[in-house]
Amino acid sequence: MTKRLELAAIEPSRSFRSSTQSSAQIISSRLTEALAVFAALVTMIALSLFLSGAVRADEQPSFLSGFTTDKFADTEKAINSLGTSGLPMASAILEALASDRLVFDPETKTLLIRMSEAQVIGAADGQILEDIDVDTLKKVRINNAVRRALDAALGSLTLMSPDPIKRLSAAESAYKTHDPAVLDLLQQAIDKETDAKVKRMQLAAKAAIQALDPQASDADRLSAIEIVKARGDQDALSLLAKVAASSEGSIKTAAESGVTSIRANLALWNNVQNIWYGLSLGSVLLLAAIGLAITFGVMGIINMAHGEMVMIGAYTTYVVQEIIRTKFPALFDYSLLMAVPLAFVVTAIIGMAIERVIIRYLYGRPLETLLATFGLSLVLQQAVRTIFGANNREVGAPSFMAGSFDFGGLVITSGRMWIIVFALMVFGVLQLVLRSTSFGLRMRAVTQNRKMASAMGIDTNRIDALAFGLGSGIAGMAGVALSQIDNVSPNLGQSYIIDSFMVVVFGGVGNLWGTLVGALTLGVANKVLEPFIGAVLGKIVMLIFIIMFIQKRPRGLFALKGRAVEA
Amino acid sequence: MQTSYDLLDRRGIIMLVLLGLFALIVPICALLVPKTSLFFMPPYVVALLGKYLCYALLALALDLVWGYCGILSLGHGAFFALGGYAMGMYLMRQIGTRGVYANAELPDFMVFLNWKELHFTWYGFQHFPYAALMILAVPGLLAFVFGWFAFRSRVTGVYLSIITQAMTYALLLSFFRNDMGFGGNNGLTDFKDILGYSVQSDQTRVALCVLSALALAAGYLLARAIVVSKFGKVLIAIRDAESRTRFLGYRVENFKVIVFTISAMMAGIAGALFVPQVGIINPSEFAPANSIEAVIWVAVGGRGTLVGAALGAILVSFGKTYFTGALPEYWLFALGALFVIVTLFLPKGIIGTLGEMWARHRTSPPKPSDKPSNMPAAAE
Repeated sequence: MTKRLELAAIEPSRSFRSSTQSSAQIISSRLTEALAVFAALVTMIALSLFLSGAVRADEQPSFLSGFTTDKFADTEKAINSLGTSGLPMASAILEALASDRLVFDPETKTLLIRMSEAQVIGAADGQILEDIDVDTLKKVRINNAVRRALDAALGSLTLMSPDPIKRLSAAESAYKTHDPAVLDLLQQAIDKETDAKVKRMQLAAKAAIQALDPQASDADRLSAIEIVKARGDQDALSLLAKVAASSEGSIKTAAESGVTSIRANLALWNNVQNIWYGLSLGSVLLLAAIGLAITFGVMGIINMAHGEMVMIGAYTTYVVQEIIRTKFPALFDYSLLMAVPLAFVVTAIIGMAIERVIIRYLYGRPLETLLATFGLSLVLQQAVRTIFGANNREVGAPSFMAGSFDFGGLVITSGRMWIIVFALMVFGVLQLVLRSTSFGLRMRAVTQNRKMASAMGIDTNRIDALAFGLGSGIAGMAGVALSQIDNVSPNLGQSYIIDSFMVVVFGGVGNLWGTLVGALTLGVANKVLEPFIGAVLGKIVMLIFIIMFIQKRPRGLFALKGRAVEA
Repeated sequence: MQTSYDLLDRRGIIMLVLLGLFALIVPICALLVPKTSLFFMPPYVVALLGKYLCYALLALALDLVWGYCGILSLGHGAFFALGGYAMGMYLMRQIGTRGVYANAELPDFMVFLNWKELHFTWYGFQHFPYAALMILAVPGLLAFVFGWFAFRSRVTGVYLSIITQAMTYALLLSFFRNDMGFGGNNGLTDFKDILGYSVQSDQTRVALCVLSALALAAGYLLARAIVVSKFGKVLIAIRDAESRTRFLGYRVENFKVIVFTISAMMAGIAGALFVPQVGIINPSEFAPANSIEAVIWVAVGGRGTLVGAALGAILVSFGKTYFTGALPEYWLFALGALFVIVTLFLPKGIIGTLGEMWARHRTSPPKPSDKPSNMPAAAE
C-alpha cells in the first residue's frame, strides 16, 4: 500500500510538485488502474484531513527556504510557519531536524532529508532523489531556541495523530504552552475528536489559549477561565495568574478568584499527599513495631535483637528471590508471596531458639535482658555480614508492586500502597490470633498472671517460647515488606529499633491498638512536619516530643490500668 | 560480698596505687628511657592508654548512676561527646591562622560553609577557663533538665533506658546537621595546640595521659565519697526499693537528679580528656551503640563496684583494640558473646564475683543470710 503510494508520488515529481498535485494528476491520467485510484483516494482523504490551505506551489514552498539560509532566526521562523502550514511532510521534516537529518543543497537551496548514508529525499514531497551529490549537502543547524520552537511545533503537529495517547499528550503540551499559534489546529482537532478524555484535554488547551487572548470576547474569556479553573493544577494556577496580571475588570476578578480557589485546592491536595506519605511511613513503623508490641508490650521482654529479626526477614526475601531468579524465573512475581511465610518460619525458629537459650534465664530482669539481646544483635549482624557480605543486596519488586498511579491529585506508588495493606493485614491477623485462638487465650493468661495460668494447667514455658517466636516471626514478615523500600544490608534492623521502641512506648505497652494508633500518628506527624522543617529536624522534633510525652504519660497513649503495670 | 563504708577500702587503695604507679612509669618509659630499650613506650601506646583511662572514667560515671542508683542510662555517651565537643571547640579556636583557609577567627568548616561570622555557640571558646566551664556545664545542664523531667514524672527502668537512648540518638542526628555549627558529620579535627603546647608532641601526650590517670583517680574518690556518704546510702535504697524509699519520706527524684548530673559532668570531663588524645570528635560519638558499649564495660567489671567499672572499661577496650587489629571479622562476635555471657553467667561482673569468692573464703563456713545486698536482686 505505501509502496504503491510512493511509486505514484514519484512518477510526476521531476519538477518538485507537491504530492497533492501529483495525486490529482494520477487520478486524471490513470483512471483505469483500480489500485492507483484507491491509493490516490486514500491519499486525498489523508491530505484533506491535514490541509486547510493546501500547498499549491510548483516549487518548494517558500517558507521552507528559511531552513536553507543557515541562520538560527530564519530556521526558527521556518519551523513556526511549517507547524501551521499543514504541509504533509511537516512532521517528517521536523523529526528529521530533531534527529540532525535535515540537510540542504547550498547551490540550489533545496531542502532535503537524509534517509541513510547515500540516500536523500526531497523535504517538500518526500521523493527519492538520486542525482544529488550527498557530500556537498549542508546540515541545518540547531541551537536551544530552535530546539524549543521545534518541540512546540512537533507538539502541535501530533494533535492530529491517529494514536489517542499521542493526541492526549499533544493536547497536554498545548495546554501547558498555551501558544495562540496552534489555536486553529486545535479547533480542527476538537471538531474531529471522538475520544472523550482527549477532547476534554483539547478543550482545556483551547480555553487556556482563549483565556490569555485579549482579542477574544469577554464571555468567551470568562467561560475559558472557568474551564481552566476546573483543571485546578499548577499550570492552571500560573496561567490564571498571568491572565489576572494582564487583564482588567470582570476578567481580572474571575481570574483572581480562580487563582485563590486553585491555590486552596492545591494546598488541600498537598496536605492529603503528605498525610498519605505519613500513612505510608506509619505502616512501615507499624510493621517494624508490631512484633515488638508482642515481645515487649505483651511479654515485657526488651528485645534489642528485634531489628535483626527484621533484617533476617529481608535477607530471607533476598535468598528466595535469588533461588527463583536462577531456577524458576517465571515465578518471580510470586517471590514475595513465598518469602512472607518463609521469613515468618525462619525468624520464628530463631526467635524461639533465642528464648530457650538466653531469654528464659533472664525473666524479671529487664535491664539484663536488654544487654543480652543487644549482644545478640551484634552477633546476628556480624553473622549476616560474614555470610552475605557488608554490601547492600538487591531485592526486586514484583510487577504488581512496581509503578504508580494518580488518584485525584495524589500520586500513589503501588509498592507503598501494598505495604499499607500488608501492615493492616498483619495487624488484623495478629488481633485474631490473640483474641480468638486458644493459643492467644493462653498467651494472654500467662502474661496477665503467670502463676495462676500455670495452676490452670498451661505450660507457661511453652507459651513463652511460642509467643516470642510469634513476635520474632512477625518481625521477619515486616522484613519482607521493608526489603522493598529500604536497603537490604546488615544494618537494616538497627535503623528501625529505636523507632519501633518509640512507637510501642508511645502507643502504650501491652496494647496492640495503641501500637497501631502510635505508629500511624508518628508517621503522619513526621511527614506533615517534614515540609516545614526538613527530614532530620522533623525526626528530632518527633523524638523530643516522645520524650516529653513519656514524661507526661509514662505508660503511653493507651495505658493498661491496674496493678499489672507496676511490675 | 563485703561492704565497706570507709572512703578507701582495699580495692580502692589498690586501684589508686596502681594509678599512681602508672602516672610515674608512663613519663619515665615514654620520655626518659632510650628508644631502643625494651621498656620504651611509643607515643601511640601512650595515646591508647590515655584513651582507655578516659573510657574508664566514663564507665565510673555510669556505674555511679547504674550500679548505685539503678538508673540504666543508655545515653551516657552523649554527655561524654558533649564534653568532647566543648574541648574540641576550644582546640579549634586555638588553630587560628594555621587552618587550611588561614582564617584567624573562623574554623575551617565555617569558612567552607561560607559563613561570615562565628556561630554564636562558639563565643568565648578561645578562653580555656570558659571552655573548661562548658565541659562541665553543658553535660551537667542537659542531665539536670533531662533528669528533672524524667525523674519527676517517675519514668523508671527500661522506659528511662529507652528515652536516654532516644536522647543520644536525637543529638546524633542534630550534630550531623551542618546548620548546628559543630562541623556536621566531619566533626572537629586537625587540632594544633592545647594551652600553648602542641597536641602532637610526645610531652603533651604523656601529660594528657597522666592527667587522665589523675582524673580517673579523682573521679573514683568523688564517686566513692558519694557512695559511702549518707546521700549514697539513700541512693542504694532507691536502687533496691524505690517506692519504699519514697514512702519513708525521701524525695527520690531529687537524689536521682543530683547523682545523674554529677555523673554526666564526670562523663563530660572524660570526653574532654579523650578528644585531644585521639585528635578528633565527630557525631558518631553520639551513636547509641557507643553508650551501650559503655554499659557492657560496667557489666563486665561488675556494677556497683566502681573499681570494677574502670577495670571493665580498660579490659574490654583492650580486647577491642586487639581484636579489631588481629581478627576484625570476629570483634562483634566476641563483643556480642561477651554481653550474653556476662549477663547469663557473671551477673556481678569480674570484681563482684571475685569479691564474693574472697568473702566466702574469709568467712567459712558461709552464712547465706550474712550477705548484705550490695547488688540489686532485680532491677525494678
